[in-house]
Amino acid sequence: MERLVSPEEMRLVDGLRAGSEAAFRDLMEMYGASMLRVAQLYVRSRAVAEDVVAETWLAVLKGIGRFEGRSSLKTWLFRILTNTAKTRGEREGRSVPFSALAGDDDEGASVDPDRFLGPEERFPGHWSAPPSTWEPEDRLLAGETLDVVQAAIDGLPPAQALVITMRDIEGFTSEEVRNAMDISETNQRVLLHRARTKVRRALEDYLS
Amino acid sequence: MRLDRELTCAELVELVTDYLERSLPVRDVERFEEHLAFCDGCGMYLEQMRATIAVTGRMRERDLPPELEERLLDAFRGWSTA
Repeated sequence: MERLVSPEEMRLVDGLRAGSEAAFRDLMEMYGASMLRVAQLYVRSRAVAEDVVAETWLAVLKGIGRFEGRSSLKTWLFRILTNTAKTRGEREGRSVPFSALAGDDDEGASVDPDRFLGPEERFPGHWSAPPSTWEPEDRLLAGETLDVVQAAIDGLPPAQALVITMRDIEGFTSEEVRNAMDISETNQRVLLHRARTKVRRALEDYLS
Repeated sequence: MRLDRELTCAELVELVTDYLERSLPVRDVERFEEHLAFCDGCGMYLEQMRATIAVTGRMRERDLPPELEERLLDAFRGWSTA
């Protein structure tokens, strides 16, 4: 069951309805940067993503009077954002295949099958080339490592990039992602698995 | 159903996200954890997945570009005084 509107969110909703700039600033601070990052996954340029965010806020302001709290405010905001971004992306000839259902494409194994023992071995399916420690740890924390992660995410199919961005960068719950993207729980999980697996692989290649 | 068969490493790596998302059935959680107890390679794999999630999380930025913030505030002021 979805968590409905929290008292904090209700305070912001009431504030917006009353025209409070402080409430608007709070909301922008809470969600603005996340909205921009998510919007950028739907459209070609940063400038267009900024347009999408601006359009979204206008729609939010126009619609706030009708917001009924049937979902959390965050869910409602990101539904408006993704719909706005999707429409804009389609107009640009760039549509994100959201409904790219888990399992309808052939992604292959999470780890190269050559790294496991073959069926003729004594322990088939067990590591022949197990992963090794990522050392030194401060390399993981270096700025260049973040570039590797960003490049890996940029190379993902759009639906996978969206899920990992919302879950692991922006800290959404799986339910918030499902609501924003309108996908099933299973689909969300499969997309997340594929995305994380590829980012791990990119890090392994870089760090080993 | 071969419920009691041990997981192989190749199978475990496909279940890591289900495990971290707590969406595995209890029996499979047991098999997963039994395997981890004796397999260093899979322990390392799981640790790397957790590290991957942590590193990805460090890309979060809190701040909007100032020009966009100004643009949004202008839009708000236009709306609230309309």
